[in-house]
Amino acid sequence: MKGFKPKIVGFLCNWCSYEGADSAGRARKPYPANLRVVRVMCSGRTDPQFIMQAFKVGADGVLILGCHPGDCHYKEGNLQTLKRYTLLKEMLPQLGIERERLRLDWISASEGDKFAQVVSDMVEKVRQLGPLVRGQ
Amino acid sequence: MTEKQKIAFYWCASCGGCEESVIDLAQDILAVAGAAEIVFWPVAMDFKYADVAAMKDNEIAVTLINGSIRTDEQEHMARALRKKSKLLMAHGSCAHLGGIVGLANLFQGSEVLGRSYKEVPSVNNPQGVLPQTTTVESGRKLTLPGFHDTVRTLDQTVAVDYYIPGCPPTPELVKDAIMMVLEDRLPPRGSVLADRKALCETCPLRDSRPDEVKISELHRVHEIEWDPHKCFLDQGIICLGPATRGGCMARCIHANMPCRGCFGPTDNVADQGAKCVSFLASILDSTDEEELQTMAAAIPDPAGLFYRYSLPSSLLSRKMNGRDL
Repeated sequence: MKGFKPKIVGFLCNWCSYEGADSAGRARKPYPANLRVVRVMCSGRTDPQFIMQAFKVGADGVLILGCHPGDCHYKEGNLQTLKRYTLLKEMLPQLGIERERLRLDWISASEGDKFAQVVSDMVEKVRQLGPLVRGQ
Repeated sequence: MTEKQKIAFYWCASCGGCEESVIDLAQDILAVAGAAEIVFWPVAMDFKYADVAAMKDNEIAVTLINGSIRTDEQEHMARALRKKSKLLMAHGSCAHLGGIVGLANLFQGSEVLGRSYKEVPSVNNPQGVLPQTTTVESGRKLTLPGFHDTVRTLDQTVAVDYYIPGCPPTPELVKDAIMMVLEDRLPPRGSVLADRKALCETCPLRDSRPDEVKISELHRVHEIEWDPHKCFLDQGIICLGPATRGGCMARCIHANMPCRGCFGPTDNVADQGAKCVSFLASILDSTDEEELQTMAAAIPDPAGLFYRYSLPSSLLSRKMNGRDL
C-alpha cells in the first residue's frame, strides 16, 4: 500500500495516558504523526458508539489508552473499557473491520517510551492492513 | 359535513406484519375509517399506482409506509407518496431502522442475489440466471425494478415526519398515531411515537431485578431451565431491554421471551448495537481478558443479535469493505 498514511484516532485517559503522551513529547521521543488524540476523562468514557463513529468518519484504526489495572482514577473505569472492548472486538469482523484495527493498552503517566512504541506498532499494523474501505 | 381527511398505507421491503398491525385494530379500524378516508392501501384494497399519480400534492393527510427501501420501485413510491402527503410516518422497524431485512447489509447486494438464485438447495438454476431489470421474452419486453446494493431506511430515502416503532408495532400505537393526526395533537416533528425510556422501566419482571446484575456465563433460552418470574439478564440470558425503547407493552416478556430490540434505541442513542455491547459488557462479572473472550464466544452472531432490527440506521449502516474476515 504505497503512500498510504493511516489515520488513527486515539482515546486517551486524562490521568495516565495523556500524561504519558506528554512525557513522550518532553523526552523528544519520536512517534508517527498519524495519531489524532481525543482526551477523555477516563478510558471508560469511550462509548463503543465513539469507536463506531470514528470508523464511520474515516479512521483506519482506533486506539484506546488507559491507566494500568488498579491505577484507575475512578477505581474501575479502565476495567469497564476492557469488557466493552473485548465484546466489541468479537463483533467488528462481521462488520468488515479487522480486529487489529482496534487496540486497547495501558500506559501510565511516566511511560513515554511505551506510548511511542504502542503508537508506532499500531500505525505499522494498520499500514499493513491497508485503508478501511467504506460502503456506499 | 366537512370533507374527511385522507390517509394512505404502503409497503416496501417488509414481511407484511406491519399490515397485520393495521388489520389487528379490529373494530377500532371502523373508528379510523369513520374519521378518515383510506385513499390508498394496495395490500387490502384495489388501488393502482396511477391513482397516486393523479392526486394533488399534499392531498393526503398522513401516509404510513412500512418496510425498508431495497428496490427502484420502492424508492419511487416512497418519493411519490412523500410528495402527495402532508405527513409521512415510518411504520414499523424496517421503515424506522432497517429491520430484519436490513441484516442483508452484512453482505453485498450481489452476494444476496447469488445466494437466493444460485446457491440455496431448493433452487435449480444451472445457467445461473439472475433477475434482470429488462428481459425480452418472445418479442415482449418484461421489466423488474432494480435491486440496490444496500438496504436503506425510509428516512435515508425521503424526509420522514414521525416514527412508529416495532416489529410489528402494537395496534394501539398504530391507532394512536393515526388519531394524533386526525385530532391534531402531534408531538414535535421527528418524534418516535412510543415511550422515551428503556423497556426495563415498564418491564413486568422489573421488581425481580437485583440492584446490581452480574453474570458470569451467558445462556440461550433453550440451554437452561429458567425462572419465568425473574429478570432474564440476572439468569444469564441476554435481554436487550436496557438498550431498547419501551412502549411495546412488553409483549415478548409476557410471552416468556427476552427482548430483541425491535423498538430501536432510546432518544439520543445513535447506534443500538454499540449500546447493547456497552450495557452487556458492563454486567459481565470478570476483568480477565481471556475469561471475557470465552464469555463473548457464547454469542455466535453478535452483529445479528445486537443490530437485529437496526443495522441500516446504525453508524456504520453496512459491512465495510466486503472482504470476509
